[in-house]
Amino acid sequence: MELLSGADMIARFLQDEGVEYIYGYPGGAALHIYDALFRQDKVKHILVRHEQAATHAADGYARASGKPGVVLVTSGPGATNAVTGIATAYMDSIPMVVLCGQVMSHLIGDDAFQETDIIGVTRPIVKHSFSIRHPSEIPEVLKKAFYLASTGRPGPVVVDIPKDMTAPTERYEYVYPKKVKLRSYNPVTRGHTGQIKKAVELMLKAKRPVFYTGGGVVTGNASEALTDLVQRLGFPITTTLMGIGSYPQGDRQCLGWLGMHGSYESNMVMHHSDLVIAIGARFDDRVTNNTSKFCPTAKIIHVDIDPSSVSKTVRADVPIVGPAQGVINEMISLVQGKEIAHPEALAEWWEKIDGWREERHGKLYEPSQPGEQLKPQEVIEALYKATRGEAFITTDVGQHQMFAAQYYKFAKPNRFITSGGLGTMGFGFPAAMGIKLNYPDDQVICVTGEGSFQMMMQELSTCKQYGVGVKIVNLNNASLGMVRQWQDLNYKSRHAHSYMESLPDFQKLIESYGFTALRVETKEELESALERTFADKDELVFLDVYVDPREHVYPMQVPLGSMRDMLLSKTERT
Amino acid sequence: MRHIISILMENEPGALSRVVGLFAQRNYNIETLNVAPTDDPTLSRLTVTTIGDDRVIEQITKHLNKLIDVVKLVDLTEGNHIERELMLVKVKALGAARDEVKRTADIFRAQIVDVTPSLYTVQITGDAGKLDAFLQAMAPVGVLEVARTGVSGIARGDKVLSL
Ligand SMILES: Cc1ncc(C[n+]2csc(CCOP(=O)(O)OP(=O)(O)O)c2C)c(N)n1
Ligand SMILES: [Mg+2]
Repeated sequence: MELLSGADMIARFLQDEGVEYIYGYPGGAALHIYDALFRQDKVKHILVRHEQAATHAADGYARASGKPGVVLVTSGPGATNAVTGIATAYMDSIPMVVLCGQVMSHLIGDDAFQETDIIGVTRPIVKHSFSIRHPSEIPEVLKKAFYLASTGRPGPVVVDIPKDMTAPTERYEYVYPKKVKLRSYNPVTRGHTGQIKKAVELMLKAKRPVFYTGGGVVTGNASEALTDLVQRLGFPITTTLMGIGSYPQGDRQCLGWLGMHGSYESNMVMHHSDLVIAIGARFDDRVTNNTSKFCPTAKIIHVDIDPSSVSKTVRADVPIVGPAQGVINEMISLVQGKEIAHPEALAEWWEKIDGWREERHGKLYEPSQPGEQLKPQEVIEALYKATRGEAFITTDVGQHQMFAAQYYKFAKPNRFITSGGLGTMGFGFPAAMGIKLNYPDDQVICVTGEGSFQMMMQELSTCKQYGVGVKIVNLNNASLGMVRQWQDLNYKSRHAHSYMESLPDFQKLIESYGFTALRVETKEELESALERTFADKDELVFLDVYVDPREHVYPMQVPLGSMRDMLLSKTERT
Repeated sequence: MRHIISILMENEPGALSRVVGLFAQRNYNIETLNVAPTDDPTLSRLTVTTIGDDRVIEQITKHLNKLIDVVKLVDLTEGNHIERELMLVKVKALGAARDEVKRTADIFRAQIVDVTPSLYTVQITGDAGKLDAFLQAMAPVGVLEVARTGVSGIARGDKVLSL
């Protein structure tokens, strides 16, 4: 029998759970835990420069790997600094375990130094949370936390740990719990066969079908199965921002992504379809636009692991609650050997789709002329070429995020890493850091804007400490571009606080950490700068690319319209 | 429509706040709420009455079911059920009103459980409508204080809400 203090149990548990990296920041209430981490060398702790960055780093790792990211922070301000990152993970259903120090049990409720009711603060943005009430329950509670975070619809779990629970003097038996059971938590393991049959019947009979798939396919490890099903049926597919890469974007059947800034053809196809097959997507308002005008002629099949996502904003005709992979595999076995009822209608549908594609071909944006400022879109296209589409791309939030999603083509899931649900500026850089630490042989690129980057740029120091060679592509339009775009469109170009006065000299800033920064203003400079950037994958390089601040992201859905109501450029609309 | 949702949940600190928080966070309304441990001390039973159309009620039950602390729940209004609420009321009881209060209490099968020279404390059980009616009847006399438990309920017949 092994006797360990609460703090040592935490360190041991993390080892036994196979956690390689945790991201955190120390402080009074967490010091016993930090001491336990110091006395072992299996779990590596990455000291960030702000707790929000710890959550985003863990989140980035979780999105890339599918495994829960782990965060350790102290009580009070340490925990509250982590809140934005917890909310970010929650909105995108990302598995994460956040260990928070707390003041000693007997002080709780007394407004003690650095006491915050973090369980209360985070209640609406966690999948679940626990408070440790006795050191002996630590192994089981932690196991439950990891189990909850990573199963069913994943999400962040907070564990609050009063300091006395980790006191070095009190020791209890430690056994690693291989399994836990919660009587009130039984995520569905398979979809309803009758419903799946019904769905497949509709699919085989459809004349204008479309797949609409989301992050659930990525987290549910169902990309391969999805690709198989979609190719068997020969239907078009559009994904959400979160679902990018779950079907190879270079393939003819892939229409790109849909919604507010989605591709013209995606939104047109959705609007005119007679059958929408939604898998692991949640009919978010940034996708549907006005739900009362959403897909007026379509029947809707909705597959999701979370029953509360089904029929939440748009009523499903065939609801299926189940894990994406299992349900898709069952669909595959049902369509095997069967023919679609109306191949001629599907051919006609494709003709129409190709027509929509053709309409926008070569008109998405106007490339810069020699001597003109670079267009952000062409920077992403060059980035795509330079990395052959194989990099991990993280983004911040704004125009650059949309351009990255539109012009980088992803062949694989878990490669486009973005804060879709919460839209958190500051996410991209720390997320890239978390990924690079775990995937040192890959190119990991943060596409950011000068506004977003300044929200988390303190992490340059972390990169320096651990030699994290991420690449940062700053699409510098010297303004909060996305805000500015809305002001152009809705406020007669009154740019209230959307431009960045007194930007730092990024080159000097980056160089002060000992890293390389390149300033890029022309097409010619861009190519050589990209070459230089990717020459050494272990080196952090910052590309400060000056782009046209007047550029807008298009298409853009017209507010309160249907999916097909879009602005296509500054002068065209559907 | 008004629904009575009964929930079996872990008798754990924090469980109640998760349920109540859910209603606030998602903009669902709570008309009444009551909660107490069951015969199994690890379980609490919470009964909430809420108002919403079918779509809202479907969302409420789905989101409640999603809470890790919620073990089982039933929408009692979907079937035959018994609904009860207990109310304690202090009413003015001076002069002629003293008899009047007593008579009305009898009609409602309510009991006078405490007496002072100037007031009666009346205990009454029934569904929410009956309690409302009693308050209305007492209004002319003068209602001084009201304490209601909120609705509790159980399904009629052999149906049982248990693990
Ligand atoms: C933390 C946070 N604050 C505010 C916003 C609102 N917002 C959305 S995009 C944007 C502008 C982003 O500017 P920048 O990072 O320079 O990107 P650009 O749009 O210029 O490419 C803002 C302020 C947000 N998404 N996140
Ligand atoms: Mg900008």
